[in-house]
Amino acid sequence: MIFDKLLRPVRGLRAARFTLLAMFVFSGMSLQEASAADQEEEKGLQIARDARNQDEGFGNFTAGMTMVLRNKKGQESLREVRVKVLEAENDGNKSLFVFDQPRDARGTALLIHGHKDRPDDQWLYLPALKRVKRISSSNRSGSFMGSEFTYEDMTVQEVEKFTYRYLRDEPCGDGLDCVVTERVPVEKGSVYRRQVVWRDKAELRVWKVEYFDRKDAHLKTLTLGEYQQYLESYWRAGRMVMINHLTGKSTDLVWTDYRFKTDIDDRDFTRTGLRRVR
Amino acid sequence: MPSRVLFRLLWFGACVIGVAFFAASSRAQSEVAEIDLSGRLSAESRWFPRSALFPGQGSHATGFVAIPNLYLEDEAGRILIVTPFFRYDSADARRTHFDLREAYILLSGALGTGEWELRLGIDRVFWGVVESRHLVDIVNQIDLVEHPDEKTRMGQPMAYVTLSSDWGVLELLGMTYHRARTFPGSKGRLRASLIVDDNRVEYESSNGKWHPDFAARYSHTLGLMDFGVSVFDGTAREPTLGLCLDCNGQPGQPGPPALYPTYERIRQFGVDAQWTTGSLLLKLEAIRRTGARNLLSREEDFNAFVLGGEYSFFSLLGSDADLTLFVEWDRDGRGRNATNFYENDLFAALRIMLNDVQGTEMTASVLHDLDRSQRIYGLELARRLSDTWSANLEAIAITNIDESDLYYDLRRDGFVQFSLNYHF
Repeated sequence: MIFDKLLRPVRGLRAARFTLLAMFVFSGMSLQEASAADQEEEKGLQIARDARNQDEGFGNFTAGMTMVLRNKKGQESLREVRVKVLEAENDGNKSLFVFDQPRDARGTALLIHGHKDRPDDQWLYLPALKRVKRISSSNRSGSFMGSEFTYEDMTVQEVEKFTYRYLRDEPCGDGLDCVVTERVPVEKGSVYRRQVVWRDKAELRVWKVEYFDRKDAHLKTLTLGEYQQYLESYWRAGRMVMINHLTGKSTDLVWTDYRFKTDIDDRDFTRTGLRRVR
Repeated sequence: MPSRVLFRLLWFGACVIGVAFFAASSRAQSEVAEIDLSGRLSAESRWFPRSALFPGQGSHATGFVAIPNLYLEDEAGRILIVTPFFRYDSADARRTHFDLREAYILLSGALGTGEWELRLGIDRVFWGVVESRHLVDIVNQIDLVEHPDEKTRMGQPMAYVTLSSDWGVLELLGMTYHRARTFPGSKGRLRASLIVDDNRVEYESSNGKWHPDFAARYSHTLGLMDFGVSVFDGTAREPTLGLCLDCNGQPGQPGPPALYPTYERIRQFGVDAQWTTGSLLLKLEAIRRTGARNLLSREEDFNAFVLGGEYSFFSLLGSDADLTLFVEWDRDGRGRNATNFYENDLFAALRIMLNDVQGTEMTASVLHDLDRSQRIYGLELARRLSDTWSANLEAIAITNIDESDLYYDLRRDGFVQFSLNYHF
């Protein structure tokens, strides 16, 4: 089981290579067309890499996150979470979520050690019992606090966890010149078959994401805005709106108090640090 | 005993006022960088469908719980945490009780590539991974009147040092002022035919409750495995109950026979491990305890373990709901002489989390004795009513309990409990 999990990304790559080979040999596809498809993949991957490289070196940041959950009837519910993120040099980022609202979950905290080449490690702190529990990271498709965001949407989207394809150029956001790419999750545990991402060409900021489920139905749309630049380098959206087209529910996510290069360090992202969160 | 209730309420009140005064004065000195008051108030009602076995016991009880939590942090990052607890129970004066769950100073800092942490005062420590019982967890005394599942813990005075780095986490604890386990009073349900006298507590050690106790644990995460090894040396948390013929009475006028607790000096080695792979969690807790007495009040060294796991089906049938199955095997090497109901039992549970806005959660469980016929069924429902209110419903049924069983006196004490909680 464990090996299965570890080998999965590798197997995915192998399968992709085989498909490519099959296209040459069997489908009668011309070499030119095949290399055009190749180029689209290369371009898509390059955009994702460039976007990551632009965001590299932020070190760490802390922020507040307020979510307004809205159902079909327009009834609202509030979620407040404090977020800390630490950039890791050779691996995925480390993140810490501490819940303030709803009040019954107050003090509950989620620690994630992201990995590029294997599933993330996750620990949950339950303040009533003072218990730190290692939890399964397979729960990627589950709703984050009852919102329209899943855990998969909330965690950092490592470049290595998708394959890419360039689709087209098209205006997005507030009439910006944008590039549209498609990304397909490598891990089989994903609830999505694919995602279509709109980025502006100038700063490679994401303005819109369309999520397609396993049956390729258009499940959700994420719209981002109110971008601000921090430390003259790092762009962060101030507002994200996720709409679920199947249920009619939506979640507004507002980011506040972004602080970069704070005095947080590795100690805040350990099992013992997790016990100290408030 | 209304005076007793009053006394406990006064204690709680004094504690809250003391904390408030401290908070106000330290704020005035403008040293406090952060101050936060949170907590829970609950109204609870317990109903026992079957009539009581013993005179004086009723068939329902109502009450409330207050558990505020104060957090203070100064400019230097020093933290003070105070969590008093108070319960009022309409039926059982012994269940009406106060406890200082936490009152400690927390300091921490960097140490080489790792860190150190010191907690000084009254705190609670949780060790372990399994769900059916808390076997390795030994630092804190069980607050038994809170719940018969033996999972609620009382505050324990301690000096608690944690050192951690790439090589793992080392916890070192020095404790004194032993806390005696709470037991229901004569009007309370979920008790044996004889009352445990809480005025007479005996200790093996000549230092009594002041005997210094020590504990240590080393834990580490290696890939998919989280494990810990622990040792405890000191006064047992679990008492040996002896028969007392002159307890509960006035001088020269002995009351009815009662039980009295004796706390031996014990040593316990523990192991806990969890292997987290995909949706499957495999878990083990095991202990070896020496120096304790068995059900026949004879000293018997023993091993006990819990082996099992949980498996989750996330996004069940394309919905937002998760389903988790738990299976655990509880074994106590003393067999029939074990002092608990986990001598050879199979625990199975099913939990459904709807992951909706209300955070609706349902858990059904059974603890099935593999040697004898008894089963304990549990059902729990939890749901959020608003951003500040939540409700819980719990039912416990005890069936087929054998006449020879330690818990035969509880055979009619299955209950349904409802609580309404306000979180602030």
